[in-house]
Amino acid sequence: MTSYAFFGALEQGFAFGLMVLGVYLTFRVLDFPDLTVDGSLPLGAAVSAVAIDAGMHPALSLVLACGAGFLAGAVTGFLNTRLRILHLLASILTMIALYSVNLRIMGRPNLTLLGKPTLVDLFTTASGLPQYLSTPLLFGLVTAFAAVVLIWFLRTELGLALLATGDNPRMIRALGVNTGGTIILGLGLSNALTAMSGALVAQNQGGADVNMGVGTIVAGLASVILGETVFGRRSVAWAVLAAILGSLLYRLAIALALGLKLGSFSITPSDLNLITALLVVLALTAPRMKAKVFS
Amino acid sequence: MRRLLFVTLAVLLWVAPCLAQDKVFHVSVTQIVEHPSLDAMRLGFLDRLKALGLKVEPSVHIAQGNMAANVQIASQIQGENPDLILAITTPSAQAVVQKIKDKPVVFTGVTDPLAAGLVKSLAAPGGNVTGMTDKSPMDRHLALIRECLPGLKRLGVLYNAGEPNSVVLVNLLKDECAKAGVALEEATAANSAAVYQAAKSLAGRVDAVYVPVDNTVVSALEAAIKVCEQNRLPFFSGDTDSVARGTVAALAVDYRKMGEQTADMAARILKDGRKPGEMPVESIRDLALHVNTGAAARMGLTLPESVLKRADKVIP
Repeated sequence: MTSYAFFGALEQGFAFGLMVLGVYLTFRVLDFPDLTVDGSLPLGAAVSAVAIDAGMHPALSLVLACGAGFLAGAVTGFLNTRLRILHLLASILTMIALYSVNLRIMGRPNLTLLGKPTLVDLFTTASGLPQYLSTPLLFGLVTAFAAVVLIWFLRTELGLALLATGDNPRMIRALGVNTGGTIILGLGLSNALTAMSGALVAQNQGGADVNMGVGTIVAGLASVILGETVFGRRSVAWAVLAAILGSLLYRLAIALALGLKLGSFSITPSDLNLITALLVVLALTAPRMKAKVFS
Repeated sequence: MRRLLFVTLAVLLWVAPCLAQDKVFHVSVTQIVEHPSLDAMRLGFLDRLKALGLKVEPSVHIAQGNMAANVQIASQIQGENPDLILAITTPSAQAVVQKIKDKPVVFTGVTDPLAAGLVKSLAAPGGNVTGMTDKSPMDRHLALIRECLPGLKRLGVLYNAGEPNSVVLVNLLKDECAKAGVALEEATAANSAAVYQAAKSLAGRVDAVYVPVDNTVVSALEAAIKVCEQNRLPFFSGDTDSVARGTVAALAVDYRKMGEQTADMAARILKDGRKPGEMPVESIRDLALHVNTGAAARMGLTLPESVLKRADKVIP
């Protein structure tokens, strides 16, 4: 793997790390399988791209993206808790609706940001680093900040209520907490993180595309599970960290698969997804194998 | 000692020109997804470079439809440090252009390079980028449909509103229809499973159906063909490959030829040292007309003699 590919994987791992934190929040903390992310990732990208296109500062556009993502998550929460639609279906409904919403927001399926000021460009100029180093650094800082805020939040009274809603809803209701409210809040936060992730990804890849959300939940779940299998779940803070590391590992697996060449038995480009899956299997089983060998 | 020097010099003189001639060019290719037209462009490109006598070591990457992998491929290519990059389709080109500013990038299969932000102008792209647009000449497509169906009043168009290229084409078609006094009815399908239903929604509302170069509809083309045959609706396509599968006719870009023409552009950069930023964006020189008389009969249409005579390929 070249250093460009390595730092490229870190940059993608951090950019999608925000989304992985969001998926951790719904899937692990709330115990809510939320597919909204497939729609809220491109939603964040769309909002950010349209805002930048209209002349807004790229950093400010992240705030707008977060707000839009929060709303999307809240809609799923509303469908589930107030209209009593099964969680999985509620999130699927929001996800498919967002496809049309995203097309409306952008007015077209692909909105370019090439030649427009993005956070990546601004940070690269300000830091004086080459782009392949400045981008992972920027995204790493943003993700680290989000992780710290998330860990802090989960230790507040509201955060503890959120944790309890996932662990034991009956108990927490008995304590007088409105679980409907905590579910809506949790989904909103999760999708706000995902939308912010989408906004960063769009600013990095040169534009927003309505199809960029396809497979988000798959990558999110793979990263969360990869992280907790390899690094464990000792505490909430540790689990948050493991989710981000899982995201990095997942993207490194893709980078490794992209650069793989085995002499004359060449791996064709069409094998990319298969090789990525195999590498993830390897990462998942390696710790257990190691334990077996050394015990 | 002198003899040794002489021999060394002779060997050097003999080897040096060979080295110069046999320079191996590293060409990195990025493509968003496996698709017959996109593959044809890639193969046409690489074969043509070989035919031009260039020694090329290609490194091909396909994102398998994954936008995140698409960006990582751009980083991967940056590390490969190639002599030239071929980017097939809009998202692949956007990711590469965003990351790589110091190597020649040649794109192909991009419908609207200007709207995609890849070039500053079609005549003088600027920077390290040039390439080919595959924008279909919608005026000629509509003219062909009207030649086959002189009484055309209402035309249906079937596409995915999520595909940038299709939206550009449908907007062009709208303008052409307005000029010709033809009403345009749109039916959209967000994924290939929705194509059947979208096609059905057009039955009874239109005289003929047209599909632009749309990946979603074309991948589920048989569903639309079935609906059109049942309702005796002549079905026209924007690509020639679909004619063999059962549409009536198409006047279109031959993607293999397009790849070859892109290779000619690449060769000018690699061999002649031309600057991509100064090379105008090209479009395909000649279009091929394919017709399918069997499909026409099943959809209740007799193709006029004038069309049959011009056809490059007639499928019975």
